[in-house]
Amino acid sequence: MAFIPHTDEDARAMLRAIGADSIEDLFDEIPRKLRAGPLTGIPLAANEMEIGRVMSARAAADGRPLNFIGAGAYEHHIPAAVWAITTRGEFYSAYTPYQAEASQGTLQTIYEYQTMIASLTGMQVSNASLYDGASALAEACLMAVRANRRSQSARILMPRAVNPTYRKCAKAIAGLQSLDFQPVDFDAAAGDTPVNRLAAHAGSDITAVVIQQPNFFGVLEDVDALTDWAHANGALVIAVVNPTALALLKPPGEWGAAGADIVVGDGQPLGVPLASGGPYFGFMTARLEHVRQMPGRIVGRTLDLDGRPGYTLTLQAREQHIRRSKATSNICTNQGLVVTAATIYMAILGPLGLERVASASMARTTELVAALGALPGIKVAFSGARFHEALLTLPRPVAPVLDALARRGIAGGLDVSGDYPELGNALLVCATETKTTEDIAAFAAALKDVLSEGSSATGKVHS
Amino acid sequence: MSTANPAAGPTMAARELTVFELSRPGRNATAQMPAVLGAVVPEHLRRRRRPLLPELSELQAVRHYTRLSQLNFSIDTQFYPLGSCTMKYNPRGCNEYAMLPEFLGRHPLAPASQGQGFLTCLFELQEMLKDVTGMQGVSLTPMAGAQGEFAGVAMIRAYHLARGDTARDEIVVPQAAHGTNPATATMCGMKVIEIPCNAEGDCDLERLRQVVGPRTAGIMLTNPSTLGVFERTIADIEAAVHGAGGLLYYDGANLNAILGKVRPGDMGFDVIHMNLHKTFSTPHGGGGPGAGAVGVGSRLLPFLPIPMVGRDGETYRWLVEADRPQSIGRLSGFMGNAGVLLRAYIYMRMVGREGMGRIGEYATLAANYMLARLRQAGFEPAYPTRRATHEFIITLRREARDPGVTAMDVAKRLLDYGFHAPTTYFPLLVPECLLIEPTETETKEAMDGFVDAMVAILREAGEDASRVKGAPYTLPVRRLDDVRAAKHLDLTWKPPT
Amino acid sequence: MSTSLLPSDLRYTKSHEWVRQNPDGTVTVGITDHAQHALGDLVFVEVPEAGRVLAAGDAFAVVESVKAASDVYSPIAGEVAQGNASLADAPEQINSDPYGAGWLMQLRPAAQASAGGLLDAEGYAAFLAETAE
Repeated sequence: MAFIPHTDEDARAMLRAIGADSIEDLFDEIPRKLRAGPLTGIPLAANEMEIGRVMSARAAADGRPLNFIGAGAYEHHIPAAVWAITTRGEFYSAYTPYQAEASQGTLQTIYEYQTMIASLTGMQVSNASLYDGASALAEACLMAVRANRRSQSARILMPRAVNPTYRKCAKAIAGLQSLDFQPVDFDAAAGDTPVNRLAAHAGSDITAVVIQQPNFFGVLEDVDALTDWAHANGALVIAVVNPTALALLKPPGEWGAAGADIVVGDGQPLGVPLASGGPYFGFMTARLEHVRQMPGRIVGRTLDLDGRPGYTLTLQAREQHIRRSKATSNICTNQGLVVTAATIYMAILGPLGLERVASASMARTTELVAALGALPGIKVAFSGARFHEALLTLPRPVAPVLDALARRGIAGGLDVSGDYPELGNALLVCATETKTTEDIAAFAAALKDVLSEGSSATGKVHS
Repeated sequence: MSTANPAAGPTMAARELTVFELSRPGRNATAQMPAVLGAVVPEHLRRRRRPLLPELSELQAVRHYTRLSQLNFSIDTQFYPLGSCTMKYNPRGCNEYAMLPEFLGRHPLAPASQGQGFLTCLFELQEMLKDVTGMQGVSLTPMAGAQGEFAGVAMIRAYHLARGDTARDEIVVPQAAHGTNPATATMCGMKVIEIPCNAEGDCDLERLRQVVGPRTAGIMLTNPSTLGVFERTIADIEAAVHGAGGLLYYDGANLNAILGKVRPGDMGFDVIHMNLHKTFSTPHGGGGPGAGAVGVGSRLLPFLPIPMVGRDGETYRWLVEADRPQSIGRLSGFMGNAGVLLRAYIYMRMVGREGMGRIGEYATLAANYMLARLRQAGFEPAYPTRRATHEFIITLRREARDPGVTAMDVAKRLLDYGFHAPTTYFPLLVPECLLIEPTETETKEAMDGFVDAMVAILREAGEDASRVKGAPYTLPVRRLDDVRAAKHLDLTWKPPT
Repeated sequence: MSTSLLPSDLRYTKSHEWVRQNPDGTVTVGITDHAQHALGDLVFVEVPEAGRVLAAGDAFAVVESVKAASDVYSPIAGEVAQGNASLADAPEQINSDPYGAGWLMQLRPAAQASAGGLLDAEGYAAFLAETAE
């Protein structure tokens, strides 16, 4: 039996010590009629070699398309050392550091992570991570309601230029505690969220304003004006940011006159592979005065009995295992292993490396937009300055075009027409430092082919 | 018995410097620097000051984090009988095949046509989890047990609202429940009604019958319970709650005890969350990532969180809002912790039909063996008349009075003996408790070694309690000042002024 | 198990608050020695601002130790005259002097507020004895 070491002799010796005749006796407290029959839905056991063949065949079937999708998950080169160290058994198979003395490796790594991510976002404190960027936004909204004592409304202004899945997730998770999410429209020409769009809410009781930078379309928002407006109206600012972009962009702690109050985002770009959607991690940083309202674990540095520095989980009194129904959240795990990888990634890249990744990604996207925008019928949707993503409008519905590109081994971007019907045949594309001029040329050539293959809206296969 | 710590790195005398103290301005990992490609950020949005990130050579970074890893206890290096955490072996093969480059490189939003291999694995995982739990539908999206709990309670709420029953805003929770249970109920806008357990560890049925009624949305139960014993009156509990119009939620934290022997669906549960990082052996990773898949009976099928994997003939695709209009919605940015799910899939395939039935048996055998040996050695079980399930509780309340060592002291001294301590002080109901769960993957010798260490520590305590109270001695740090940590917050490294 | 201090001039609640009647008509409220002992070393305390209006049973403060964070409930309706600001830097005063320097707030009771339901020292001691394990 896989992974069970006991021989018959071991089992007999254990039963003797227990004073039972058989393993079945040990289940005598469980009513007989509850016993399960054979599990016919589970295949017979495969050994490692056999399951390896199955998995390899399935992976080969999926292949490795040339990827130009961003939309919240970004392909960057990950130094080999990152996961070689992260998957060491001492990191991989350790548990939550409840026995601090036996977990200094994990705890010091998280302390270093907290330091790096707080500085990157320009804030004073960080937690040890949340599940992902979308759920982190939900938690930030709940935290803003707790932290903004002057506001009673629990109303959150949520621009439509914020990632649509993040908005759905915030509603699904935070909506059950009577939060009121109000949409704010974006500018159709520039693709950003101008301050005058918030004006309709001036003078009303707003708990928080969410600002995503860069926004879902890759466009750069005027974060200073938006932040100052929010504060002038008694609202907290929740920033949702891309960590790579922060190597080049003004961090949320420096937005406007006073800086953002809570910062969240997805840390996936920092050394975490795309991996079909997870595991990623959500980061959350904040002003020091809000630290006791932060959900999740936090690592602190302290001294041991001999006066030596050491690390431990702290401020646990806020958490579910102590506070129970009054907890700041029900969160138990963080994303420990993934945060370990991100910390090693940031340590290896350093400030220079992260800047280079960010600027190379911006440059490649500029190149991509030029190449694709030159094709007949394709328009660049927005005039605003962008980071490493852009919205294009196509002369035909996007979905069949993407299918045709998929058949050519290219993941050509994300069809956003479903979430933004007013934008028409809208395609969100992204290029990072991993793409070369040849890759971009190949994409442009393939797209040109696909678009010129007749005008069938169903995109039937042309050989 | 060795008192040396096998987990310590080569030099324990000097503390590990932080990565910032190892940095030198201008150093970098040259092989990792992308070529310079210029990009211009608008003036008013430009970052002025560099963030505090390390400036190191690649070797420095590798050495630093490798050395840090060596300061940890882990399943790969120590016996780790943490009750309720199911610290079984994390098979290397699961990691190997979950990290095949094609799976790692795939964008979550790539078309389904480019992900049939991946989607096949997830669909089959959904089906296997349905079978092993006796449920009708499974969603793999919750990213942790706590998120699975949230999904479960949110679905119960959605079910009652869909029936037009808006009065049900109470969730019944046993006093011994894990803290996530009441915290989850609050997150879903519900009120928590606690019921006590009796001295035998079963839920107080009389009290339950008193508190259930037209305001009861449901009850959250763990079975076996957090006290390490099987909830014998589950049939009566089910009748009481269903009879009052409420639903039954199963916290799957202790599923390892009954895996293959009993199915929660057969016990009458309407919804269950599973901890794939416990029962299905995905790595604990120093505190995550986990995965909290949820399973439901037919009543709650329409409400499952999205996305889920569906099959049209031979093709797999994601089921989204349009397919599942009554879903409670999305809980993540994409589809949950895909890499964790692949590991769970591979594990279940390697364990297989024959193996699945054995896990509950051997986990229970191992726990009962340790209980018997510890009892023989003079330790006091919290529920002496009950069988252990996959775990059991020892109370050190006598030892706390005489010779004056607490569960905390014993736990810290166990670290010196090279064992990770069991869970301490949970459940809160039992004073000075150790919750011990060996799992089915540990040898008899490992378990004997642990019992011998406990006996030795008790003897030490009798000779000189202060020796035990001052533990640990052989780890990178001595006991840490928690009060100082919470009062004088030092949460980020700052350069010396 | 330590014997709790129970000054006889105070009144007590079953949720472990004490109340002192002041000559100027205000009352001072804190948590008992039993409560501070159960919590352990206090690391953080949140007290209310002056002017806040409380009903009987409202949570008016949070006391946090390493083990627990607990709400503290107002025994009487009224308006907060002041919170003990010195607890921000020295929460441990609650541990060392729960009935003196560790006071939490001073309250101006509402005109019709009743002090019914408060226990005297013997009553609280009896309550502690019967709920002890």
